Amino acid sequence: MTSAGAPERSGTTRGGGTLYRGDLGMWSWVAHRITGVLTFFFLFTHVLDTALVRVSPNAYDSVIETYKNPVVNLFEVGLVGAVLYHALNGIRVMLVDFWEKGAKYQRVMLWTVLAIWIVVMIPGFYFMMERTISDLVGGH
Amino acid sequence: MSLALDKPRQPRRPAARRSNGELYSWLFMRLSGLLLVVLVLGHLFIMNILDGGVHKINFGFVAGRWASPFWQFWDLAMLWLAQIHGGNGVRTVINDYARKDSTRFWLKMLLYVSMVLIVSLGTFVIFTFDPNISN
Repeated sequence: MTSAGAPERSGTTRGGGTLYRGDLGMWSWVAHRITGVLTFFFLFTHVLDTALVRVSPNAYDSVIETYKNPVVNLFEVGLVGAVLYHALNGIRVMLVDFWEKGAKYQRVMLWTVLAIWIVVMIPGFYFMMERTISDLVGGH
Repeated sequence: MSLALDKPRQPRRPAARRSNGELYSWLFMRLSGLLLVVLVLGHLFIMNILDGGVHKINFGFVAGRWASPFWQFWDLAMLWLAQIHGGNGVRTVINDYARKDSTRFWLKMLLYVSMVLIVSLGTFVIFTFDPNISN
């Protein structure tokens, strides 16, 4: 089902060039799946914690404190990174599907996705962790 | 009925046994994905990066945002689209990896129940939010 009709790689490590399996495109697809499923599971939790605003301000605030814990804060950077990859690669998938030159440039677009990801995540990491790091280093 | 005059010998195909469901699912993933790029990245930017990130969030912050119909609608649209987009993605993953029909069936039931639960709960919370609720 997953690779119906796809030719199996035979022998060599770099097959003809038309093979999908094991190529960069496959790994972008694997990463798209993993980031998507992880985000979906987080969404389940996130709607439940937000629903606490219907219980009481105290209940909500005490659970939201968990998100401000340094370790959980680091996981949030991971979540933002996962969602950002999924969004950028999703745009790439749409361009491959709907743009006439999309398939031709899919590899260039993947490198572009990764470049944009790094350019956004470096300042993103800084702003997401700024308070946590200054609290850890500066005390109080 | 049979309009295929150019291929008179072609054996009659069992008509209309296919539905276009998977086509619509494929198209929905792209359309909702496009909207979600804006909705979710905007949400993450405001909540996690801007203005002290997650440390600024508390009940008062949520109350301030949901005082505006714009953010209420933003969150409602994001909830529905993300839940259906994500649910449809997980449905595909289950279809790909479940080996037994019964496993596939029950995993999808679990998925659909959780989707209905989360969409209903989230919608209820957005529509009935009370900024003056007691501690």
